[in-house]
Amino acid sequence: MNTSIRRAERRWGEGVIKFWLYSCAAISIITTIAIISLLIVESLGFFDEVSPAEFFFGTRWVPLLEPSSFGILPLLWGTMQITVMGAIFAIPLGLASAIYLSEYASDRVRSWVKPILELLAGIPTVVYGYFALTFVTPMLRKVIPDIQVFNALSAGIVVGIMILPMIATLSDNALRAVPVSLRQAAYALGATSFEVTTRVVVPAGLSGVMASFLLAISRAIGETMAVTLAAGQTPNLSFSPLESIQTMTAYIVQVSLGDTPSGGIAYQTLFAVAMMLFVITLLINIVSQMILSRFREVYE
Amino acid sequence: MAFGSKEEHLNLQKRHRKARLFKLLCAAVTWSSVLLLAVLLFQVCVAGISWIDWQFISSFPSRFPDRAGIKAALVGTMWLIILVALISIPIGVSSALYLEEFAGKGRIAKIIEVNIANLGGVPSIVYGILGLAIFVRFFALERSLISGALTMSLLILPTIIIASREAIIAVPQSMRAAAYSLGATKWQTTWHHVLPASFPGIMTGIILSLSRAIGETAPLIMIGAMTFVAFLPQGPMDSFTALPIQIYNWVSRPQQEFHELAAAGIVVLLLVLLLMNATAIYIRSKTERRLK
Repeated sequence: MNTSIRRAERRWGEGVIKFWLYSCAAISIITTIAIISLLIVESLGFFDEVSPAEFFFGTRWVPLLEPSSFGILPLLWGTMQITVMGAIFAIPLGLASAIYLSEYASDRVRSWVKPILELLAGIPTVVYGYFALTFVTPMLRKVIPDIQVFNALSAGIVVGIMILPMIATLSDNALRAVPVSLRQAAYALGATSFEVTTRVVVPAGLSGVMASFLLAISRAIGETMAVTLAAGQTPNLSFSPLESIQTMTAYIVQVSLGDTPSGGIAYQTLFAVAMMLFVITLLINIVSQMILSRFREVYE
Repeated sequence: MAFGSKEEHLNLQKRHRKARLFKLLCAAVTWSSVLLLAVLLFQVCVAGISWIDWQFISSFPSRFPDRAGIKAALVGTMWLIILVALISIPIGVSSALYLEEFAGKGRIAKIIEVNIANLGGVPSIVYGILGLAIFVRFFALERSLISGALTMSLLILPTIIIASREAIIAVPQSMRAAAYSLGATKWQTTWHHVLPASFPGIMTGIILSLSRAIGETAPLIMIGAMTFVAFLPQGPMDSFTALPIQIYNWVSRPQQEFHELAAAGIVVLLLVLLLMNATAIYIRSKTERRLK
């Protein structure tokens, strides 16, 4: 009798606990809904006043001064410039490091270098901003005297340095997942280590390697502090990496540093730009997940 | 080209040379990347170390570099971390427990899982905008510690959940089976057996996530953490500043002295992060040994 009552109590308590756990897990769904609906609602308010054609195809971004103009292309261009430069720098070097770690390095070297790379991936981005301003830019100035104090090149290089450890560690994981038997088969056929790596291991781990590139690129697009500090605040459609530019993220920071009144057009531009940023990074992340799940070679 | 011929021999030599060159290249790239970062960190230390003294730790920010310090920033960061831990740890670990132990393999669990993976890839500044619109404006929490802590908690929740799930998955199924066979309910099994067994792994994940929160700058700037604060916050509703914000503020000034102050701030920040990472690695290595 007594035990059955206690069992019923226990079951009741289980229900409460399960509900609590469920609510916690639901917070992540609520967060997503909040982000998406917030961005949509506020962007719609923005598009009441600015035509989508002007926003997506306009080539001047002057939101805070009269006469104002709301073409996002300069910001998009700025972000793209930094991302491409970062990727050009980090992808070959990151992949080479990953190949070294997974194919050549001894276990001892690997057990030292990998944690160091992971640690580096955790350095706050504001620190990279400091590197760009006090180290990379002065060095670039020695080589290219007429480079501006704030310039896209220095920001691109620093973003590259920032995403390099991420590419190296994630690609290393992907390459290590390729079974040893594949390598042994290739060596048995007389292939050199270069041929084994480039024709067997990297193609076999390609889905993971590509996913690491995409994740790094998406991180570079969303990167804020280093870019804000190093690249400046000048929306610019210029092709020269020596000039100051402004990225989408840097614009958001610029507006929020000033005291923006809620509800004005300047406040709403935040959400339109953030929407753009959110959609781009989300698309890249989804593509990277698709590559991982669709094209993953499954080995026993 | 015949087998064993002279051309074949030369060709083989060429291929081997190429392989050696490739190996050398990969090694050089790896080591120079590590070296580059070592140089950068060394340079920060050199620039900042002479500024670090008790005066630097115990002073409020100032217009005069030699009187400026990080007292407010350090205390603000500590407040922030404690609040973020209080909010995000229970929610994150509960979510992971739900997904691993209670949700089964149904559709809702799958949706939540995909959703968490995608949330992890959202740029931190977007969380900042969310915090600004929801916590600062809508709930009228103003530019306070609690707004910052709630925003940061949302930001690191995906990482905590993913890390906790990995730790929970690693708990052997036989442990659960043993508990069930003795008549334990699902929650008793989870609370008394699964959670303690996965605790070290969860702790490691939490520490690493919190160390990410310490370094994040953009979301705090978005919600408007003040950059000039000459008082210490007394409670969660007070306005505040934090270490990375103070560093940003100093880096963005043109004078050399402030850059050196920033370097000093960075050294302190990196020391805090290193300490937390070392703790995580220590916990991991200790438990690995125990499982062997």
